[in-house]
Amino acid sequence: MKTEKLIAVIGKIAAKIEQQKDFLTELDNVIGDGDHGINLARGFGEVVKKLDTLREKEPADVFKSVGMTLVSTVGGASGPLYGTGFMKLGAALKGKEDITLPDFLEAFAAAIEGIKLRGKSDRGEKTMLDAMIPAKEAMEASWQEKGDTKAAFAAGIAAAQEGVEYTKTIAATKGRASYLGKRSIGHQDPGATSFTMMLEIVGGEI
Amino acid sequence: MVGFVIVSHSAKLAEGVVDLTRMMAKDVPIAAAGGLEDGSFGTSFERIQDAIERVYSEDGVILLVDMGSAVMTAEMVVESMEGYKLSIADCPIAEGAVTGTIDSSVGMGVGEILADLEEVGAQKKL
Repeated sequence: MKTEKLIAVIGKIAAKIEQQKDFLTELDNVIGDGDHGINLARGFGEVVKKLDTLREKEPADVFKSVGMTLVSTVGGASGPLYGTGFMKLGAALKGKEDITLPDFLEAFAAAIEGIKLRGKSDRGEKTMLDAMIPAKEAMEASWQEKGDTKAAFAAGIAAAQEGVEYTKTIAATKGRASYLGKRSIGHQDPGATSFTMMLEIVGGEI
Repeated sequence: MVGFVIVSHSAKLAEGVVDLTRMMAKDVPIAAAGGLEDGSFGTSFERIQDAIERVYSEDGVILLVDMGSAVMTAEMVVESMEGYKLSIADCPIAEGAVTGTIDSSVGMGVGEILADLEEVGAQKKL
């Protein structure tokens, strides 16, 4: 994937987040502080304004700009978390004009590590990581087996969706939902949900 | 004198903590970075940056943070401001701000104040 396509995909992600912001906020109302959708939509709204200025840049610069914009404009925990993720994608993809699936998987792994460190969190704590980590693992396995980008994204999306379902079964130990503890069981995690939406958009564009 | 920035999801809470410290340490540089620009709850990267600039001196600045995005956003601001002497204290913001500003008013440095604030973080109230 080259810069032009990447910019189009990020624009579609922003549109999806804007369209789903009430749903994401509704999820967050139940177990968090009710701002996930509004915050992410504000951040991606600012991202969209900058996309046009990035057309001549390499993909790494686009990711970096998205990350920095999210960090400075989201206003909730998803800002530093997604911001760190996008900035790590940028750092890992530096110098690549056309991103291949193996490039992406390597960068995705770096992004996950960055998010783990930033949030001092890991799998099983009812966070976005419960969708991200299984998605990455499923994409790696599919790529090794079939060497097909479309199939890898399909596997990743299915695993992320399962991850979202899994977050319904566990209590939060990180983030605002952890203040509710066991009361968070039965509800899906907003961060895992928004990540899955993003991956679905990317998969649909491959 | 070591300066302080109070980072909270709530503008009122951050300003209230700043006011509270004035009772016992009037002249210590301290700034509030609470809420978002539009008045809603949240933490603003820019507000934290601006607040640091307002109270910064070579003695350094200690940030006190409430939770979640306040912690993470403050960390990212600190990482972005290379060359600045900045620390984040691991303690409740009201108690920490009162203790820290008194420490600063009597001329203690960042290291000593942080050690005190660590104790504040471990203290039980009852």
